Amino acid sequence: MTDAAQPFAPRDWGSHPPYLSPGYKSTVLRAPSKPLIPLRHTLSEMSGPVYGHDAIHPLDNDLTKNAVKNGEPQGERIVVTGRVLDEDGRPQPNTLIEVWQANAAGRYVHKVDQHDAPLDPNFFGGGRCVTDDEGRYRFYTVKPGAYPWGNHHNAWRPNHIHFSLFGPSIATRLVTQMYFPGDPLLPLDPIYNGAPEGARERMVADFSIEVTEPLFALGYVFDFVLRGRNATPMEN
Amino acid sequence: MRHGQTPSQTVGPYFAYGLTPEQYGYDMASTAVPVMADEDVPGERIRVEGRVFDGNGDVIPDAMIELWQADSQGRYASPADPRASNVAFRGFGRCGTGTDPKNRFWFDTVKPGAPAEGEAPHINVIVFMRGLLTHAYTRLYFSDEAAANAADPVLSSVPAERRDTLIARREDGPRGTIYHFDIRMQGDGETVFFDV
Repeated sequence: MTDAAQPFAPRDWGSHPPYLSPGYKSTVLRAPSKPLIPLRHTLSEMSGPVYGHDAIHPLDNDLTKNAVKNGEPQGERIVVTGRVLDEDGRPQPNTLIEVWQANAAGRYVHKVDQHDAPLDPNFFGGGRCVTDDEGRYRFYTVKPGAYPWGNHHNAWRPNHIHFSLFGPSIATRLVTQMYFPGDPLLPLDPIYNGAPEGARERMVADFSIEVTEPLFALGYVFDFVLRGRNATPMEN
Repeated sequence: MRHGQTPSQTVGPYFAYGLTPEQYGYDMASTAVPVMADEDVPGERIRVEGRVFDGNGDVIPDAMIELWQADSQGRYASPADPRASNVAFRGFGRCGTGTDPKNRFWFDTVKPGAPAEGEAPHINVIVFMRGLLTHAYTRLYFSDEAAANAADPVLSSVPAERRDTLIARREDGPRGTIYHFDIRMQGDGETVFFDV
């Protein structure tokens, strides 16, 4: 049996946030209230869209350059790199990673972001890349700022970068956020803490002096782990 | 050693410029758009549209919907499908609910064929939004496929009184064929979501 015909391991609910997480107020009216219906994977779930390197423009993975109007973006330049793996440690090549984030002042270009922090004319905050044959990716950007939000009194989101990944199927689809080591806002953030203890720490990048580029950018390493394949083929 | 899965997190309120930039008028090309099939793609042309409701029955204006479907002959454009599709149809679409005046999502596509014998034609639907820490999977079936729907193993696994939440209602009118598919996150008529 070819690998592509093997169903995927289940979503590990010990690793993912439950739908209802009352500390994060928006979940209260939006979380499904009835139990999920189990679904044995068919071709519909074992397949997924293919986006190759032709979907990517040369500057798409460099957020410090892909929106420059008249100068460099403000902020601390960083490089974020790592691999996309499955649970068995197998690299996931040719998978699309989409990214979006606030600027160094904590402001999104999104039209509904009303936070009183400056936009940066040279920073858009969106980009993408496709992993190479060893599952590696690399983004250049600036460290996003923290920003206040309305969840509770004096609520602030920690510094974070949003990531969207596909993997080989819609079953491996993942949208997540990457956080920074040592952020004092992490213990206070209901979104980060929505993920179970023991799993949420996987969303915190490692600082790396080896990845840091001298005189240029601080380096962070972040690996994504998508669902693996079931050990035994599906029986019909 | 087994590696732990990276936890899911919400797309938050500001996904539009990253994931649906063209639809929302941002200066970056989109990887996926609501127009999934152009005129050259063979098949019955359909529109899928609907709204997403919260537990108060209010329309959600900041959800993002993704569709994944087979072509009109039931083939997926994916390495997992050994029947290589010979049509230029990726089968993947993405639409936010923040640009339509009524906060609808909408997709222009072709009606999929059944991917396998015994299955009814369907579209796989993934739901993302602020307040949803882990995305939700559902399926869209077609109201004019009653016989196939009755035999479909996934639809049959759903309690009978909830199956209607997965059936898109066909309307043939001046705008062509529209399938109406509303998504209710909670409460009466809560959409069936699957543990995919």
